[in-house]
Amino acid sequence: MVSDRLLHSLLALFAALAAGLLLLVVGFIAQEALGLLQQLGVGAFLFHGEWQPYAGRFGLLPMLLTSLLLMLGAVAIATPLAVVGAACINFYLGRHSAILARRLVEIAAGIPSVVYGLWGLTLLVPLLAAIKQPGASLLAGMMVLALMILPTIVVVVDAGLRALPTHYRENAEALAIRRSGFVFAIALPAVRGSVITGATLAAARAIGETMVVMMVTGNLVQLPGSLFDPVRALTANIALEMAYAMDEHRSALYVSSLFLLLFAVALVLTNQLLLGWRGRHG
Amino acid sequence: MDRRTFLAGSCLGLLAFTWECGAEESVKLLATGSSTVAPLVAELARRFEQSHPTIRIDVQTGGSSRGVADARRGVVDFGMVSRALKTNESDLYVTTLANDGVSVIVHADNPVQALSRADLIALYRGEIDDWGRLGGKVGEPPVVVTKAAGRSTLELFASYLEMPPEELKAAIVIGDNQQGIKTVAGNPNAVGYVSIGAALQAMAAGTPIKVLPMNGIPATLEAVADGSFPISRPLNVVTRQPPNGALAQFLDFALAQAQSDIVVAMSFVPRHGQ
Repeated sequence: MVSDRLLHSLLALFAALAAGLLLLVVGFIAQEALGLLQQLGVGAFLFHGEWQPYAGRFGLLPMLLTSLLLMLGAVAIATPLAVVGAACINFYLGRHSAILARRLVEIAAGIPSVVYGLWGLTLLVPLLAAIKQPGASLLAGMMVLALMILPTIVVVVDAGLRALPTHYRENAEALAIRRSGFVFAIALPAVRGSVITGATLAAARAIGETMVVMMVTGNLVQLPGSLFDPVRALTANIALEMAYAMDEHRSALYVSSLFLLLFAVALVLTNQLLLGWRGRHG
Repeated sequence: MDRRTFLAGSCLGLLAFTWECGAEESVKLLATGSSTVAPLVAELARRFEQSHPTIRIDVQTGGSSRGVADARRGVVDFGMVSRALKTNESDLYVTTLANDGVSVIVHADNPVQALSRADLIALYRGEIDDWGRLGGKVGEPPVVVTKAAGRSTLELFASYLEMPPEELKAAIVIGDNQQGIKTVAGNPNAVGYVSIGAALQAMAAGTPIKVLPMNGIPATLEAVADGSFPISRPLNVVTRQPPNGALAQFLDFALAQAQSDIVVAMSFVPRHGQ
C-alpha cells in the first residue's frame, strides 16, 4: 500500500515535471514573441509578402506556405510507398528476409537527418539542376524529406499489420481469398488508423526538420511559382538567422517559432479528428 | 547586450566566482566587440585558461564600433574590431590576431579564369543570364550563391562591391562556408564566395571548385596575410594602453605559432603563415 502510494506520487511528480518543462518552453517562446506581435499585429506577419528583417518587414507568408507545401509533398510521396513497403514486409517476404527488412527500416529511421541532407545536396540537387537550374528547390526538399520520413511510416504501419488478429488471415485463407485480395481489401483497410498515425508523426517530423531543408531548398524567401523554384522554410530561416539576429529581428524569429508550434498542435488535433471519425464510422 | 550573452555571462560569472574561492589570486579580462572576432578570441581564451588557471577571459559581442568605444572608455580590458582602424582611432593600440579573406569560387569545370568587380556587381544584381557574357560557356545561366543575412562574410563581400548587403540577389542562400563549397561543387554553373581558408582547404582535399583571383591578385593565404588581397580585413584587438600583465600574456599566447590551428579551424588566416 505505502509503496504503491509512493510510486504513484513519484510518477505524478515526473509527469508533472515533463509537462511543466514543455509549458516553460512554450511560455518562453511566447514571452519573446508577444511584444512584437502586439506591436505589429498578427497581420503584419501573415499578410505581408516580404521578409526584410533589417528594414522592419517581417512577412512570414512565403515561408509558412513553403513549410506547409514541403510537409504535404513529403507525406504525399512517402505514405503510399510506406504502406506498400509495410504490406510487402508482412505478406510477401519470407520470415528471414522480413526480419532483415525490418532491421534495415529501423536503421534508416535512425539515420541523422544531416546525412540525408548531405545526400540531397551532393547527389539529388545536381541531378535536378541538370533538368532545371538551380537544382536546390521545393521539389528537392520534398523528395529528401519523403525519404527521411518513409521509415517512420513503415514502422508504424508494420506494427499495425503485425497486431492484426491471426484469424483475419486464417478466415481469408479458408475462404480461398487470394493474397492480393486479402492485403488490399482486408488487411490495409483494417490498419487505416496506423496509416493516419504514421503519416501524422511523419508530417510533424517533416515540418520541424531544419538541416535537410536548409541544405537542399536554396533558402530564397519567395512564393514558389513551380516545384523547381528555390524556397525557404520557417525552420531554415530560424537556423540561418538566429545567431545573428538582434532586437525586433530576433523577436520575429520567435514569432515564427510560435507558428511552428501552432502547426504541431494542429497536426495532433487533425490526427485526433481523423481517428475519432474512424472510431464512429469505421 | 542580448539576453543570451547575459545568461552566458552570468553563468561564466558564477563559475568564475566559485573558481575564485579556490584560487589565490585571479585576474578577469573582459572583452567586447565584433561578432567575427569574438568566436576566435573565445576559442583562444579557452585554451589559454587551461594553462593559466588564474586568468579568466569573458567575451561579449556587440559589433566593432562597440569594441572601439568600450576600449576607449576603459570599461573593458580590450575591444575586438574586424576592420583596419580609422584615422580618428589612432589613440588606440592595435594587435592583429589574424586576417580574414573572402574569395569568389566557381566550379572547377567553369572555363572562367577571372571576374572583375564590375562582373561581380552585375552577377549579384541579377543582370547576367548567360555565362558567355563573362567568358564562360555560352547558353548556361549563372547560379548565384550568397550568404544569409548577418554573416560577416556577406558584409565583407558586399562592402567590396560597395552594395548594401540586403541588395545582393541570388538563386541560392547558404549558411556556412562548407554548405557554400558543396553547393558550388555540385553545380557547374554556380558562383559564390566563401572564406579563403575554407576554399583552399576544400580544393586541397580535391573538391571540384576553383578560387578566382581578384584584381589580378591570386587568392592565397599570403596575399590575405599581408593585406594585398582586395577582399580581406584584419581581425584586431584594441586597447587604451599598451597591453601589459595578463592581457600581454594572453596576446603573446594567441599569436604564438602553436595556436595557428585554432585560427585555421575557423577559416581565418594566421599572421605568420601556417
